[in-house]
Order: sequence, then C-alpha cells, then structure tokens
Amino acid sequence: MQQIIQDIESRFTITDKETRRNDLCFLTVDKLQAISLVTYLRDYQGYASLTLLTAVDWIEEGNFQLTYLLNNPSTRTEIGVRTMIDRENATMESTHHLWENIQTYQRELKEMFGIDFPGSPRIDEDFILEGWDNIPPYRRDFDTKKYSEETYFPRPGRETNDPSTYMKSKLYPND
Amino acid sequence: MEKENKPQDIPVVKTKNFIAPENEKRTVTAPDGSLIEVDPINDYFCQERPEEYKVKSGAVEKFLNWARAESLWVLGFGTGCGSIEIPPLVTPRFDMYRYGVQMRPTPRQSNVFIISGYLSVKTLKRAIRSYEQMPSPKYVIGLGSCTINGGMYWDSYNTINRLDHYLPVDVYIAGCMPRPEALLAGFAKLKELIKAGKAEKANEYIRNLDWYKANQKKIIKDWNMPDYNW
Amino acid sequence: MDIKKIFQINNDRSSYPEIGEDGKPIIDLSSHKYVKIWQGPQHPGVTGNMALELTLSGDEIVESKTHVGYLHRGFEKLMERRKFIQCFPTCVRLCVAEPDPNEYLLATCVEELSGIEVPETAQWLRMLVLEMSRLQVLLRGVPGQAGTFALGLGYQWGSYIRDLILDRFEELTGGRVYHMYILPGGVRGLLPDGFKKRLEENLKLADEFVKNINDLMFNNIVFKKRAKGLGYIPKDYIDRYGVYGPAARAAGVMRDIRKTHPYLKYAELDFEPYTTTESDVYARSVVRWHDLKMTIDLIRQIMAKMPEKGEIKAPTPNVMHWRIPKGETYVKCESSRGEYGMYMVTDGSDTPRRVNLKGPSYTHANALLEKLLINANIADTAGIMVSLATCPPEIER
Repeated sequence: MQQIIQDIESRFTITDKETRRNDLCFLTVDKLQAISLVTYLRDYQGYASLTLLTAVDWIEEGNFQLTYLLNNPSTRTEIGVRTMIDRENATMESTHHLWENIQTYQRELKEMFGIDFPGSPRIDEDFILEGWDNIPPYRRDFDTKKYSEETYFPRPGRETNDPSTYMKSKLYPND
Repeated sequence: MEKENKPQDIPVVKTKNFIAPENEKRTVTAPDGSLIEVDPINDYFCQERPEEYKVKSGAVEKFLNWARAESLWVLGFGTGCGSIEIPPLVTPRFDMYRYGVQMRPTPRQSNVFIISGYLSVKTLKRAIRSYEQMPSPKYVIGLGSCTINGGMYWDSYNTINRLDHYLPVDVYIAGCMPRPEALLAGFAKLKELIKAGKAEKANEYIRNLDWYKANQKKIIKDWNMPDYNW
Repeated sequence: MDIKKIFQINNDRSSYPEIGEDGKPIIDLSSHKYVKIWQGPQHPGVTGNMALELTLSGDEIVESKTHVGYLHRGFEKLMERRKFIQCFPTCVRLCVAEPDPNEYLLATCVEELSGIEVPETAQWLRMLVLEMSRLQVLLRGVPGQAGTFALGLGYQWGSYIRDLILDRFEELTGGRVYHMYILPGGVRGLLPDGFKKRLEENLKLADEFVKNINDLMFNNIVFKKRAKGLGYIPKDYIDRYGVYGPAARAAGVMRDIRKTHPYLKYAELDFEPYTTTESDVYARSVVRWHDLKMTIDLIRQIMAKMPEKGEIKAPTPNVMHWRIPKGETYVKCESSRGEYGMYMVTDGSDTPRRVNLKGPSYTHANALLEKLLINANIADTAGIMVSLATCPPEIER
C-alpha cells in the first residue's frame, strides 16, 4: 500500500492523503488530474474494480466532493480518489469508457446532486425521480421536512420533540 | 374518517398537461398501406366519468355482500416493504386460502388492493392506475404505519404521508412491519365491514372524485394519463 | 385490404435488428417488426417493485432498459438530519429481505470513525445474527429460482422453515422482520435460555430441506433444460460491470468478503465458499445452494465456538450528544447477494454528513441485467433477474 502511494505521489500532485485502515486510503487530487489518476490505477496498478462513485456536498466551502472508490481484487486493498468540483457550475468528465457500470452512478449524481457528466449514456433520462421540478434533493440546501410538510398533507397530531432536550426534561426534571 | 379540508375547499390545481411520446397525435401506416389518424388519449382510453354503485334492495344486497366478503381476491402488487409478509400468508402456516383470500396477478381479476407500506410518488401513479382498473366492488387495505401518517418516512420528500388523501382506504393495519396475523385480522375486519354493508369507500372515491384528483395531481407532476383509467 | 399480407409471418429473424454504423441496433417501432412491453412494476415476475422496458422481436429481447425509483424514500437525505442513534431504526429498513447487514454496516462505520472496540461476545453474536439473516434469505432465494420456472413447491417448503427462523429472531431480538439488534458498541442482549437447542431443531429441518431441494431442483429435467446456458456472464464482465457474490463465484472468481477480507470472527471459522466456472443461471443457483448448506454449517460452528457469557456492549458516549470527529470510511460485509458496503462521511457534528450504501444489486440490476437480457427469451427474464438476486430497495434507497 505504502509503495503504491509513493509511486502515485511521484506521478501526480496529491494534495491530501488519509490512511483509514491497512487496506483503505483516500487521496485528494485536483479536478484535472482525477480522471488520469483513476485510469492509471485501473490500468497499471490493478485497481480494476469500481466499488462506488458518490458525491458529498460541502456547501460551506461551495464544493462538491466526488469520491471514486477503487478495489484491487488481487492485493485486496481499496483506494478512494477524492476530488473537489465547483458547486455553482458542477460538471465533471464522464468515465463511462472505463467501466460499463459507472453510467448508473453518473445518472444518479446528475439527478440527485445536479452534477453533469456530458457525454455519459442516458444521462438526461429520469433515473429515480419522475417529474421533479425542485432543486436536486441530495443538496444540503434542500429541506426535506419543509418540502414534505408543504406537499403531503401531514396527519395532525404528531408531536416532534428534540431528543436531547426531551430526554433531559424527562430524566432530570429538576435541572 | 374526518376530512380536515372538505372537497370543495381545495381548488383543482392546474398541472402542465404532459403527454408521453406514445400518446401524441400521429399518423400511422396500416399494413395494407392506408394512412390512419390516431389520437391515443381519446381513441384508446375511455373518457367517461365513473358512476356510483346503487344499493339493491334488502335481501339481495345482503346476499351479494356475503358473496363479496367470502371471496377477496388480492392484487399482487408489492408497492413497499410490507410485501415481504404477504408470501408467508400463502404458505401452510397462515394459509389465507381458507378465508377465501387469494392473490391475483392482474387488476382486472382482483377486488382488494393492499397498499403494502410506503408509497413513493412514482409508485402512487401506478397504484392509482391499478386501483382504477380494478372492477367494482373494490376495497383498499392500508398496510403499515407509512400509509397512516408516513411512519418512518414522515419527513421524506418522496413518500406520501396520508394514503386516504389519494385513494379511499377501507381498513388500516398499523405496525412496522405488521405481522401476518395482523393481516389476517385485517381481512377479518374487512369481511365484517362488507357484510354490514359499510365498506363504501369506493363509492366515496367516485363521489369526491374531483377532490381526490386535485390531491393526486398536486404531487404527480407529469400527469400523462386520462382522468379516470378504466 | 389484403388479408394475406397482414398475417404474413416472417420466421427468419436473423436479418434484424439491423446493426447501424455505430454498432447499435436500429430499432424502428413503426416498422411492425418490434413490440415494446413493460414488465413491471405491477407484475408477478419481477423481484420487488421495479420495471423492465423490453423491446421484442418475436419473443426475443432486442433492447432492454431497467427503470427503478419506485421504492425511493431518500434514506441518505433522511439520515443527514437524524442523530447517529436515530439512524438505526431508519437504516435497518433499507433492504427488507435482509435487514441485518444494514445495521451491522452502520454500527461498524460509527465504531470505526469514533474508535470504539467491540467486545468479543458481541462480535460472535453479531456473526450469529448475520448468518441467520443470510439463512432466511437463502431459504426463500434458492427455491425462488425454481419458482421463476414455474416450480413453486420448493418455495412453500422454504417459506415454512424461514418462518421458524423468524420465530428465533423474534425470541432473540423482539422483531420478526426488522430486528435492530446491533447497536454501536455491541448488541442488545445475550441469547435466551434454550435458544441454541431450538435453533438446532430448526437447522435439522433446514438440513432436510437442503437435501430435498437438491432432488427437486437439480435433478429436475425442466429446470436443467431451462436454466443451463441461460444468462451467461463472461469472466471479463466481473470488473467491467461490477459482479459480486454468488454471481461472481459462479464465474470462477472468488468474491466473498468473509474469506477475502475477514471481518468479525470469520477468520476463526472453517469454511470454503463454493466456486464453479459455468457462469449460467444453473451454476448460480448451485452456488447459492452450496451457500445455503455452508450457512447452516457456519451457524453450527458459531454456536459451538461462541462464549456463553461476557460483556456485550462497549461503553459509548451519551447517544443524544454523540459527536463524531471529521473523517470518512468505507466498510463492507458479505450479504447473501454479494459485497454490501457503506460509505460514511462525518464532519464533527452530531449527524452524518453523508451516508451512501452500495449494494450488489446496484450494478447487477442496471448495467449487467440490461446486457444479459439482450437476445434472451422473454419467458426467461424472471429467471435471469432472480439469479442475479436483484433487490430494488437497495438500488434506489
């Protein structure tokens, strides 16, 4: 694992690295280098299997984090390639030429986060939602509770308590 | 069931009339070469409004109700996770056949619709179609807490909270997940209601059709079917 | 009108679909050579609530598209606004057929990110619950494969024994389908008195079932004729399409997290997952049948080796104020369908920043199924789909 990371560091500019376990580490690279690093790992280091591609919304910094998690079946290790893309104009190069299954992930990200992958097959078709006209639901600024209350006639009589204050008032009423 | 908002309170929400490509007007070439104009929404679907069921006189209606109660045919549409507890009902341990309940593969042959758990908006559209295609007399069982008040997914953006705003529900079965015995109890309750002539929710659906349709169209954004799917 | 012309049937289907210049078939629905059929969401032949959009030429599929999203509840969004302990009742409902791996993955993510060690007894109990959960899935899944070829008897047998296993779950955890037994730091309770004896009685029935289902399915000429050679997965699809678990092992590739990345106490158990190389529906059902046999054996081994008493829960912070430092991790375990993983990102607050669940169905039911259905017969659709063990709720979550 350490050898591979050193090898990658000699070829790519790694801005941040985090070793989680012996068989799992995360590397952060620039948006421009991400696809070439993923391709390099797949073709030369044996990380042939894509475990997942997903996004994290860092709304405070105005970024989306994309994570390509790659698995090497022979050495039984995993490398996560992280890259930050701009939240305003979220576009990323498509990698559907590397794996056949990645187009599903890209369709989901397009629908749920609004990250565009130009050229990916069937990217504009509905994947999970149907006729959705609000902001993409997995973005942090979308409030699911507010949307649900406005749209789906909540049944009256539900009491919602904040768990920590409610437990405190029940367990320690004198405090 | 008490309605907080009466049928006339809610104005009909005007939705963008979205027509699927296969339902657009077009000209088709017949195998013999002649041209035929096709307007699928008007030609293929019935546009009539449904009519209410008129109750027969005394003993006849009683006999009919007895017959209805003793053969409940359930539509095999697992709309949510409650569908995992329906297969055990068919096996010898619970054996719902002895109560005259059995599963059917198509809406045209069934008269009980079990909404098994949460309904996402996408499934709700199909559930409405399936429900309206079922021949009368028809009954709906809401299975699980999700159909009553949203249950686990009360704050989800994609699941409905109250089923009775979209489809008429005769019997609710509470719990997450309700046991097969609870389902059998639900069937027993439904039989009781039918025999007493109180399972009238299908009629209520037709009476308040505008209210139900307004609710349905409020959340189904791409409404691309006729108002009532015969 | 020329009647003859209308009913003229062209039996030679070798000429179409014609392949265009870009290598894709040219499918013109108005040419009367093709018909488009939706299988699902209301269809007895699909697993769960999903839809297949099939374009047929005769009864042969020339194009297929999977449509999912009928069961989308927005779990990942809902978990972002719940505290870590509140995530557990939500998370367990991710996949109804096999709920325990969800609990295990969430608990392991939380433990790993906050650095909690799980006591030994709790690890054995977790393993027991996971294997029992796998057993109840396979008791339905193995005969369910025969059910897609209209052999419904085995399903009735399997469902009966599954009910007995669910009774044991009820005894141990209080829940029949959803258990919520695994908590961060450990499990909720020790085994009740006499539990092992009652479970052993059920396992004896399961043993008999394994023998009977072998006679029923694998010596049945109808099942053999229909399943052999159906839905072949070449070995190079494994990485390109993402094939996991029994489907990969049927293609001769060892994919079993219990063996390759031993978690909990699996390293102390003696087992060898079965692999074969035929890679068709028949081979996949044989692999799952061997899995069923192995699971029964594993439960016996666990019951023999596990300590009777001991600490079952490590101390955790006050769950109402539990803040987990910033970090991210990916943990995985072996479900009955294959690799089941969870990716969690935390940001130092009391709720997860992002949770993403990756199940094998995600790739099996989308890219792989669409590919395998091409040139298959429409009657075999359900057989191929069930052999890949697709579970729609884990695709769309």
